Amino acid sequence: MPHDHHDHDHLSPSGHPYRQDNDEALTYWQTMEIAIRELLIEKGEVTSTEINAQIDAMDARTPTNGAKVVARAWDEPDFKAALLEDGAKATKEMGFDIGPMNLVAVENTDDVHNVIVCTLCSCYPRNLLGLPPDWYKTREYRSRTVKEPRKVLAEFGVNLPENVACRVHDSTADMRYIVLPARPAGTDGWSQEQLAELVTRDAMIGTGLPLPAS
Amino acid sequence: MDLLKMLEPGLPVTIRDMSPPGHVRTPKYLRGKSGVIERALGPYENPEQRAYCLPASKKQLYRVRFTMEELWGGNAENPHDTLDAEIYEHWIEV
Repeated sequence: MPHDHHDHDHLSPSGHPYRQDNDEALTYWQTMEIAIRELLIEKGEVTSTEINAQIDAMDARTPTNGAKVVARAWDEPDFKAALLEDGAKATKEMGFDIGPMNLVAVENTDDVHNVIVCTLCSCYPRNLLGLPPDWYKTREYRSRTVKEPRKVLAEFGVNLPENVACRVHDSTADMRYIVLPARPAGTDGWSQEQLAELVTRDAMIGTGLPLPAS
Repeated sequence: MDLLKMLEPGLPVTIRDMSPPGHVRTPKYLRGKSGVIERALGPYENPEQRAYCLPASKKQLYRVRFTMEELWGGNAENPHDTLDAEIYEHWIEV
């Protein structure tokens, strides 16, 4: 192997440090996962093709799903009302099934800014936003967002004026949350496809705002 | 346990200050704190049983809204900001 001479401190030709190979022994839980997976395959309960198809399906979910929901809510008042009334039902009709969970959409206005956190683990509307970003799962984000949300938001570049109320939503049980950001100014007459381009992942977590129209 | 009567939005409630062993979904920082019902979410299977693959009873689930002042006292960043969390009925005292 090219890097067997223990020069881990040296930089690769790309300028980045060489990443150490993951040669450590498997943990107890990794071993258990492999054992159960292999047993399920051997007993004919699932096939490796089905497992990989599920991983592909999970990887295929991205924030563009959520952006379509937000853009439609901006464009269609009836849909927005349905989304705020019953988020799971409204989004299921668009083909985004959240399964046995429920979805609560919370609306940002001139007076209110919402932000989502899961202090207990990493609950996240994966069917609309894909896998959560690494920071969402950190103890730092989870513990600080419920205590000093304005400071956390400022670090994300969102500075809330004093007169805007901050509402934190701790996703502790069966609900999943999506923030419905305020529609950016200067977007009158835009198509839903154009509007969706402005909707970032962080805008739907509440740690960001939609992109400006310009 | 039978489902309690549905609690109405705006009703003042207090979260029980208890520390049972095992899997619970009421964060420690909310126990003993008071808020108001934000909305009723309907019955869901009790995760404290479900986590151990036991037959799970249905419990009413609520969103409860707390002020930051209630949660953090004088250390609150902005006393009037709020935090909403989902709490099962058996953790709620009316």
